[in-house]
Amino acid sequence: MKKNKAQGGNIILISFVVGFVLSMIPLPQVLQSVRPEFVAIVLIYWCMALPNRVGVGIGWVAGLFYDVSTDALLGQHALTFAIIAFLAIKLHQQIRVFPIWQQALTIFVLMMFQGTITLWITGMLYDAPSLWTVMVPAISTAIFWPLGYLIMRQVRRFYQIN
Amino acid sequence: MKLLFIQGPSQGYRLILLALLSITLMTLDHRTSYVNSIRSSIAVLVYPVQYLVNFPANVGDWASESFSSRKTLQEDNATLRTQNLILTTQLQKLNFIESENIHLRSLLESSKRVGERILIAELLSVDMDPYKQQVTINKGSASNDDIYPGQPFVDAKGVMGKLKHVSPFSSTALLITDPSHSLPVEVNRNGLRAIAKGTGSQTQLEIPHLPNNADIKVGDLLVTSGLGCVFPAGYPAARVVEINIDPSLPFAEVLAEPIAELDRSSEVLLVWPGGKAKPNPANPCQLENAAPAEKTIPPEPVKEKKAS
Repeated sequence: MKKNKAQGGNIILISFVVGFVLSMIPLPQVLQSVRPEFVAIVLIYWCMALPNRVGVGIGWVAGLFYDVSTDALLGQHALTFAIIAFLAIKLHQQIRVFPIWQQALTIFVLMMFQGTITLWITGMLYDAPSLWTVMVPAISTAIFWPLGYLIMRQVRRFYQIN
Repeated sequence: MKLLFIQGPSQGYRLILLALLSITLMTLDHRTSYVNSIRSSIAVLVYPVQYLVNFPANVGDWASESFSSRKTLQEDNATLRTQNLILTTQLQKLNFIESENIHLRSLLESSKRVGERILIAELLSVDMDPYKQQVTINKGSASNDDIYPGQPFVDAKGVMGKLKHVSPFSSTALLITDPSHSLPVEVNRNGLRAIAKGTGSQTQLEIPHLPNNADIKVGDLLVTSGLGCVFPAGYPAARVVEINIDPSLPFAEVLAEPIAELDRSSEVLLVWPGGKAKPNPANPCQLENAAPAEKTIPPEPVKEKKAS
C-alpha cells in the first residue's frame, strides 16, 4: 500500500499541470468567457477519488498558483479552491455513487459556490461584475464534467492510483 | 487496509487555518506590496507552464519563417529596405528638430526632455482572466534589472499599457483598455487635457468629464500628456471616434479608439521615461536615486522669487 502511495504522485501533479495548460491556452475572445474551470475539475476529481491524499492543502496551493497565473488578487482562488476541496471531500461518499448527470449538477453547485465567493471578494474591492461572469463558467464546467470525469477515471485506473 | 472514513476533524481545522491565511494574503496584496516577492517566486514556477502553452505559437512562428519561399523573403526585404530609407530620411529631420527643441527649451529655462531608453519584449500567448484586459510579456527582472512595476510599454503605433507585476522571467501588464486603467492624455490639435479611461472593450476608451462645449472633434488624435509622470509625453494613444452631446447632461460622452494594435501586436517596447534611472515608486515624478523631497523643496521658493 505504501508503494502505491509513492507511485501516483507524479500523475496527480501532471494532471494539475495539464489543467493549468488548458486554462491558459489562447482561445478566441468569444470562447474565453465560457472556458470551463479545468483546474477545479482536476481538483474536485482527485478530492472525490482520493480524499485521503488530495485535500484542502493541495487545493489551496493549486489556487495560489492559479492566482499568479491569472494575476488575480493573491489568495482569492486559494481560498475558493480550498473551500471546494473541503466540500468535495465532505461529499465524496455521495458524489461517487451519483449517476454522472447528478455529479455534473453537484459540480455546478460547487462552482456557483466558488463564483459567489469570488463575487463577494471582487465586489468588496472593486465594482462587482455581473452574475453571468461566474454563471457561464459554472455551466460550462458542469457540461464538461462527464468528459473530464471519464478521462480522469481512465487515467487513474490505468496507473492504478488509489 | 482501506479505511471507510478517512478524514478526521483535521480537514475542517486546516480549512479554517488556510482561509485565514488567504484572507491575510488578500489584504496584504490589496493594501501593500509586501507579498510581491511571494508572487514573483510562484511566478517562476508558473513560467514553465506558460512557456509550454506559448510553445505552439513559437513553433508556428519559426515554421512560417523557415519554410517561406525565397520570393516572399526577397519581397519582404525590398519593402523593408524602402521603409527603412523613408524612415532614415525622416529621422535626419527629426534629429535636427530634436536638437532645436532642446535648444529652445533651454532658452525658455524649462526642463529638457531626456532621451528615452527602450527594450523590446514579446507577448506570451497565454490567456488570463477573460474579464480583465491583461497580457504577459517574456521579460522580467532576470532579463533586465531595471524593469519595474508601473513601467509603460508601447507598440509600433502607440501606447499599450503599463506593467503590473514583475517576476524574474515574465511580467504581467495592464492594457490601457482595462476598466481600472486611466491614462492622462491631451488633444494633439490644441493641447486640451483629458483622461482616457478603459472600458473593458479592446477597441474603446472613454474620455469622461469633458464639458459639452469642449473643443474636441471626431478624428482628433489624443497623445499622452506626460502628467503624472508614469507615461512619457507625446506618444499617440487614441483617436476620437464618437461624441454624443446631450444638453441635459453636464458632460459630453466622448469615445475613442486606441491606436496601438492591442489585440494584434506580438512585440512591444518597454520604455524608461526618465532615461537611465527608475522612477521612485512613491512619486514617479522623481527618480529613485534622486535626493529626497525635503532637500529639493528649499531651492524652489528662491526660484519663484526670481521669476516674480
